[in-house]
Amino acid sequence: MSTVAFEIHDMTVAYQRRPVLWDIDLTIPEGNLVGIVGPNGAGKTTLIKAALGLVPLASGKVEIYGKSYRDQRRLVGYVPQRESVDWDFPVTVNDVVLMGTYGRLGWFRRPGRPERDIAEKCLEQVGMSAFANRQIRQLSGGQQQRVFLARALAQDAQLYFLDEPFAGVDAATESAIVDLLHTLRSGGKTVLVVHHDLQTVRDYFDHVILLNMRLIACGPVDTTFTNDNLQKTYGGRLTILDEAAEAMRQREPLR
Amino acid sequence: MILQTPIFAAMPEVTPGQWVVLTGAATNVACALLGCFLVLRRMSMMGDALSHAVLPGLVVAFLFSGSMSILPLFAGAVACGLLTTFLIQTLHQYGRVPSDASMGVVFTSMFALGVVLVKKFVSGLHFDIACVYEGTLELVSLADPIGGLPRPLFTTLLVLLVNLAVLVLLWKELKLSSFDPALATTIGISATAMHYLLMTLVAVTAVASFEAVGSILVVAMLIVPAATANLLTDRLAVMVLLSAAVGVASSVLGYWAAAFWDTNIAGMMTVAAGLLYVLAVFLSPRYGVCSTLVRNVRMSLRVLREDLLAMLYRVEELGSQKQMTAAEASEAVGGGWLVGWGVRELVQKGRILRDGERLQLTDKGRQDARQLVRSHRLWETYLVQHLGMPLDHVHEPAHRVEHFINEQLRQELESEIDPSRQDPHGRDIP
Amino acid sequence: MTGLSLTEKVMIGTSLLGGMSGVVGCFAVLRGRSLVGDMLAHAALPGVCLAFLLMGTRNLLGLSLGALASGLLAIAAVTIIVRWTRTKEDAAIGIVLSTFFGAGVVLLSQIQKPGVGGSKAGLDAYLFGEPGNMLNGDLVLLTVVAVVVLVFVGLLFKEFQIVCFDTDFAQSQGWPTLRLDLVMMASLAVVTIVGLPIVGVILMTAMIILPAATARFWTNRLHVMLLLAGGFGIAAGLFGTKLGRGLPAGAAIVLTAASLFILSLLFAPQRGIVARLLAEYRLRKRIAREHLLRALYELSEAQLPELITLDLQTIQDYRYWRSLESLLQQAVEAGELQRSGKTFQFTPLGLRRAAKLTKAHRLWEMFMMQHVGIAPDHVDRDADDVEHLLPEGLLIELEQKLASEGRLPDVVEEVPISPHSLGADKATRP
Repeated sequence: MSTVAFEIHDMTVAYQRRPVLWDIDLTIPEGNLVGIVGPNGAGKTTLIKAALGLVPLASGKVEIYGKSYRDQRRLVGYVPQRESVDWDFPVTVNDVVLMGTYGRLGWFRRPGRPERDIAEKCLEQVGMSAFANRQIRQLSGGQQQRVFLARALAQDAQLYFLDEPFAGVDAATESAIVDLLHTLRSGGKTVLVVHHDLQTVRDYFDHVILLNMRLIACGPVDTTFTNDNLQKTYGGRLTILDEAAEAMRQREPLR
Repeated sequence: MILQTPIFAAMPEVTPGQWVVLTGAATNVACALLGCFLVLRRMSMMGDALSHAVLPGLVVAFLFSGSMSILPLFAGAVACGLLTTFLIQTLHQYGRVPSDASMGVVFTSMFALGVVLVKKFVSGLHFDIACVYEGTLELVSLADPIGGLPRPLFTTLLVLLVNLAVLVLLWKELKLSSFDPALATTIGISATAMHYLLMTLVAVTAVASFEAVGSILVVAMLIVPAATANLLTDRLAVMVLLSAAVGVASSVLGYWAAAFWDTNIAGMMTVAAGLLYVLAVFLSPRYGVCSTLVRNVRMSLRVLREDLLAMLYRVEELGSQKQMTAAEASEAVGGGWLVGWGVRELVQKGRILRDGERLQLTDKGRQDARQLVRSHRLWETYLVQHLGMPLDHVHEPAHRVEHFINEQLRQELESEIDPSRQDPHGRDIP
Repeated sequence: MTGLSLTEKVMIGTSLLGGMSGVVGCFAVLRGRSLVGDMLAHAALPGVCLAFLLMGTRNLLGLSLGALASGLLAIAAVTIIVRWTRTKEDAAIGIVLSTFFGAGVVLLSQIQKPGVGGSKAGLDAYLFGEPGNMLNGDLVLLTVVAVVVLVFVGLLFKEFQIVCFDTDFAQSQGWPTLRLDLVMMASLAVVTIVGLPIVGVILMTAMIILPAATARFWTNRLHVMLLLAGGFGIAAGLFGTKLGRGLPAGAAIVLTAASLFILSLLFAPQRGIVARLLAEYRLRKRIAREHLLRALYELSEAQLPELITLDLQTIQDYRYWRSLESLLQQAVEAGELQRSGKTFQFTPLGLRRAAKLTKAHRLWEMFMMQHVGIAPDHVDRDADDVEHLLPEGLLIELEQKLASEGRLPDVVEEVPISPHSLGADKATRP
């Protein structure tokens, strides 16, 4: 029986009192590459943010290796969406990757030789060593994504959350990222990836989470990524859920 | 000259105090008309920036015309307003400087330039810069009148009319370019031109108001009533009217308070405006803090009442002859001070009977409870059948959602689920 | 300290202030909060007045504490407004700024009443400061605050950096982002308050924004930006005071800082306007040259490996050119073409480069057509990209396809390193 890396119990997440994720309940065993798949607005990014404690939970809980996120931060790496960052900020590629080590360093300490070595190695792993001193605005989409990945690698985590890492990157970067994911998996790490391209799910992932405001299915790709389940995922929103959600937002049953 | 004609020759004698209030009110309205758009376009600080940046323009106009008459001053304001807007836009677009920093860079530099020009070329009473800041509303009088009105009032009314005219003539253009500049530009309404027009009007209004209320208080009059109106309504036309009304109210209130405490009038008008804003924050029917609180409490109360009814129903259903006491019921639904209130309301509405400490459902109460339990169990069934949730996980979610399910939703649920008359736990669906 | 002349004291004081404003200003500008400095400066007035009314004397420390309390209250007010209401941040800042200042003006008018002890020059001093009045006590206070602020920034550098750059990521690592944000704001408040009595409102606002915005042009690394901003702040203080004889000190310092800003805006390498225009120009030239080489290759292709000569007219007719003559001359000077009168011929170097460019171009074309379905005449890509952006397997496949069509140029691999550095073209990538 493999260890459970990540588990969600009956989690509901609401935005301004309106539920966007309903009663999610799932288990992810260690050492798997997991794709999170669903239409726009399905709550995929919300799922990750809720797991990381970035948005409050209306109910339920999230466990990472059996404990709450707050106790397990060291074990978790995060690659947010590229749009969420100020790309004109005065930092170089190297500076960004070093940020991955800040959590370990703690208050007041500066990154030293060991941290710089780690950053160098991570840059090499993503093939961006030549760009170490470049300002981040000067990079292409694929290069920016690799820098973010390098930063997550520098976190040296056990469980990784990647939000749309393949969005808007070139083909070479995409295959580089996939190779990296495989390397991580061989190292026993677990990776959850919000993914938008259905064609590549079977090739890239072992497990898949099908999401559309509620959990449709979660499990090994072979048994879970079926036409039936895809129909349920992409076959439109459940109007009942929408109506109930709207009623909850307005705090009373709809007139 | 047309300007010499006394406009209000037939008006009764107006006291100086009344002139002050009128001037303050006129300034407020002139500013509020523009302020609505500043607030909606998220350009509130441009009011602050422009009112500082026009200083060099005023000095130059003064030097050129040799007097403080209106037209050259307005010309200076327009020119400076355009220049400032242009510089800020250019810095932001071509210099890649963030927009708030562009504003800060331009207005402080221009103001410094203005100060230098003043100290070097102008001296004397007319250009006491501190007065530019705090205004001289107290001194509004019929000295140096134009058209039978005190000078500051005349200039302000003039500007007010201009602003009003622009608003009326270009209403839909302003409205569209505020909400969707891209769309506006594509259908031929240049968003840039609207922006420059608005900024120029703000500059002119600011200059016209300096004499009376000073520059910082112009900023208050531009933004605060507009923001207040924004809290009270969702419709643009109503917002403009309300902001003018709030502006007038703050003028009147401010004047009375200033007279009462014998302090600076314009400052008091600003404070009054701020207080009205705070009032709106709390009391706005739709967005106010108080109304939100009230709604929240009402909701909690309703949920509590429904929980009580549902629980009594379930106890009956189990066939037990025992009647619950108020204390037991209170504990079962989680206790708290609202429970007593909830019980009282239920008794008042005839949903339960209270016999000493014991509670019992009335027929009406039973009916209500049935609907609630029905919602609960329908939802549980839905969760199990459509969302594939395990049995032991469905009670909690259903317990939360049941209060928000109306009859239509119940019917929809019924049509969606497998028509057995039992919920996943094996109980009847009423 | 008593050995210093007044001028020297003023210079040291304004330099200290300029230095620390530059440093804390960086965080304000990077966070889009440039105008919060403006707000703090204005919102401090009521605090100063209240402190004076309570203490009855002009004790600098007491007044500063009053100002600080008022400033922090203002920050809290803005935060609350933005969080609780639909009023947006810019309007919130404007509301708090003007309302607090209005209250301050009211209090000031109370102070200026006969018998209370304040002077008419009070507002003037507050607005414009009294840099000419630099006391020993002021210098000590400035030094202490500067040291404390700089120590904080030094200790918390990486924390501030990560919170400003990527708040979500910082939060996921466990950093208390809200509290760190507040510390940044508080340091801004402290510096502003300390500087107010010395240099006044407008200057303080300017010193927060100008040096930081100036420094941004010169570097891409945060710690360098902090150092440069401090340096520019110090320079503005020093030179502003020195050069500004006969001018009001505050204005002179702002104008010095503004001049530094304009110079940097224009002439900073990489981010300055001139540098960017130059880079664009060089890029256009490079692209034009590449088009030329490719066109000549295509004209000569059929006869390869024999090198034909091409006359000006043939080249002119082949496609649209802008200043063909000078392009050809540039190619000759670069050793790519041999010229005799009006005819041109490839040199071996030129042929190699042309072949490489053409091959890359055609690979892109093929890729676009095969894999993206774009018509060939819609394709035009930067030559360098293809090897870096397509995976190896795909490249080989495309090369084979081209070869089978007889369109794969023969490229000998000892081509010298490309004539442009990697930096320049990446910098202008959209």
